Amino acid sequence: LQADNPLLAHHFADLHQQHEAATLGMWTFLATEVLFFGGVLTGYTVYRSQYPEEFQAASERLSVPLAATNTVVLICSSLTVVLALHAAKSGRKELVPLFLAATLVLGLGFLGIKFYEYSLDYREHLIPGSDYQPEGWGPLPLGSAELFMTFYFILTGLHAVHMLVGMGVLVWLLTGALRGRYSERNFTAVEVFGLYWHFVDIVWIFLFPLLYLVRH
Amino acid sequence: MAIEPTKPHASAFTYFLVFGGLLILTATTVVVAYRPLGPFHTAAALAIAVAKASLVVLFFMHALESGRLVRLIILAALLGVGIMLAFTLADFWSRGVDLMIRNPG
Repeated sequence: LQADNPLLAHHFADLHQQHEAATLGMWTFLATEVLFFGGVLTGYTVYRSQYPEEFQAASERLSVPLAATNTVVLICSSLTVVLALHAAKSGRKELVPLFLAATLVLGLGFLGIKFYEYSLDYREHLIPGSDYQPEGWGPLPLGSAELFMTFYFILTGLHAVHMLVGMGVLVWLLTGALRGRYSERNFTAVEVFGLYWHFVDIVWIFLFPLLYLVRH
Repeated sequence: MAIEPTKPHASAFTYFLVFGGLLILTATTVVVAYRPLGPFHTAAALAIAVAKASLVVLFFMHALESGRLVRLIILAALLGVGIMLAFTLADFWSRGVDLMIRNPG
């Protein structure tokens, strides 16, 4: 029996059930997150279908190379997270902190590039509000282009907040991993964190074409 | 003892294969954006995004190896978004709702 296992909380029958409950809880949370981002994206779809030209013209001001680089950075970080879990499951516990640290560095890289992008947006007067004044703007109405930028900042901002939360949890995981906490006996925390991190990656996978590659 | 002694899990090779697929699809979506596709741009971009998301969910998030409850939750999330999008757009696209935005100047 496993009743004396220090990893097992007393309200679970065995480790398998405990693991199922933890991952199922994260999946349930992610389902609510899908609706959370889905709500903003529904509003985006309604307005984009109303103002296709303005949305495209506003989108063309954003940097595709920077966003594409960030897409690759996030995909790399998803790989390192899944490799950290794989290392733990395979009993190679010394590799877990390495892959988690790589994930943290890639997350920081993503936010650094994002911050640089925001600073470019500021300098080019692309922040919605009284300062919104894209240089050399044609005859198209400005108000609906400004609305596109509002969606851009809300969506990328919410995504960046999710990254920050994830990286906070990642620092905690990393300190445990450095003490050799995660192995084939104990990998649920790495797996549950991975589910969250992959979801944040998926959000960006949709934001990239919807914000940076608007074409009609 | 291990948490899941009976379940086999994907190999590291699979993860690198999926990673390569994700990189190729990312390059494809950028290239496609600069091709003269006319009205099919949005459909192509969304199809590629759905393909990438599916790769992440099925392999990185291990939905393929997960039980029925996890699959049920994924379907519920998709159904929820589907209902929200379908009913909202059916309304806006069929009733001529005025979404006029104040355009100064």
